[in-house]
Amino acid sequence: MATATIAGKEVHINEEGFLTEFDEWDEDIAAELAKNIDVEMTDEHWKLIRWLREDYKEKGETATTRRVQSAGGVPTKQQFAMFPKKPAKKMSYIAGVPKPKGCV
Amino acid sequence: MTVIPNFDSDDSDRKFVIICSKGNLDMAYPALVLANAALGEGIETHLFFTFWGFDMIIDSRMDDLQFSPAGNTAMHFPVKGKDIRIPQAVMPLPGMTGMATKMLKDQLEAMDIPPVRDFLDQIVGAGGHLWGCQMSADMNKVDMDDMYEGVEDIINATDFIEMTDGAQLLFI
Repeated sequence: MATATIAGKEVHINEEGFLTEFDEWDEDIAAELAKNIDVEMTDEHWKLIRWLREDYKEKGETATTRRVQSAGGVPTKQQFAMFPKKPAKKMSYIAGVPKPKGCV
Repeated sequence: MTVIPNFDSDDSDRKFVIICSKGNLDMAYPALVLANAALGEGIETHLFFTFWGFDMIIDSRMDDLQFSPAGNTAMHFPVKGKDIRIPQAVMPLPGMTGMATKMLKDQLEAMDIPPVRDFLDQIVGAGGHLWGCQMSADMNKVDMDDMYEGVEDIINATDFIEMTDGAQLLFI
């Protein structure tokens, strides 16, 4: 497993650049990950990213855009506005969780 | 070494079009699932509803699509490790379609897969485009007033051919 230095911290990443260790993540790292993919983090973004991590901790898998809407309360349209084009991948990348596995 | 995912790279002009020609509940979902997935990948996505598929976008019918096990020999009860099939002879009996439809809906709900209307809402929210077929509208004696609100327009065959220039097409 490759490692990278992000926000001054050594973290494990996979071949796509996603963090692989849930506990290595912190908000400084998230801020840098967001910058990497040109996402400007607002309070709304942070709220969603934190929710995504909480949900992952509870469920053991990453929420799909469907679940972010139904359980997280952020409509799909808004998700696309916040994380353009590929919300599911962008959110999970910043949140330091794997890409969602579910189809819907 | 820092690896940055390439989220906005090469697929910007990929275009995906699904023709929905079936109005059975089970045949509505392949298109909905794939359209949703394509949109999630940032791909321009269009759904074109024609013939029986029109029931998916007629406002008064879309919440009541049915699943009939008649003629479907691949239907087994969803029990892990068991292989239980109902004889085809009982499939056309009264109540079978209703029962099978309810079972399918319950399973979809258990997996947090939305009903047709909610799924289309999600697809439209994600930037997907919905089109009705002119000939089907004429045959069904319906117009835009009868359509689900997310439908952009009713278009004819030529419009469809123009619209799908360069697109990847899937007929369901």
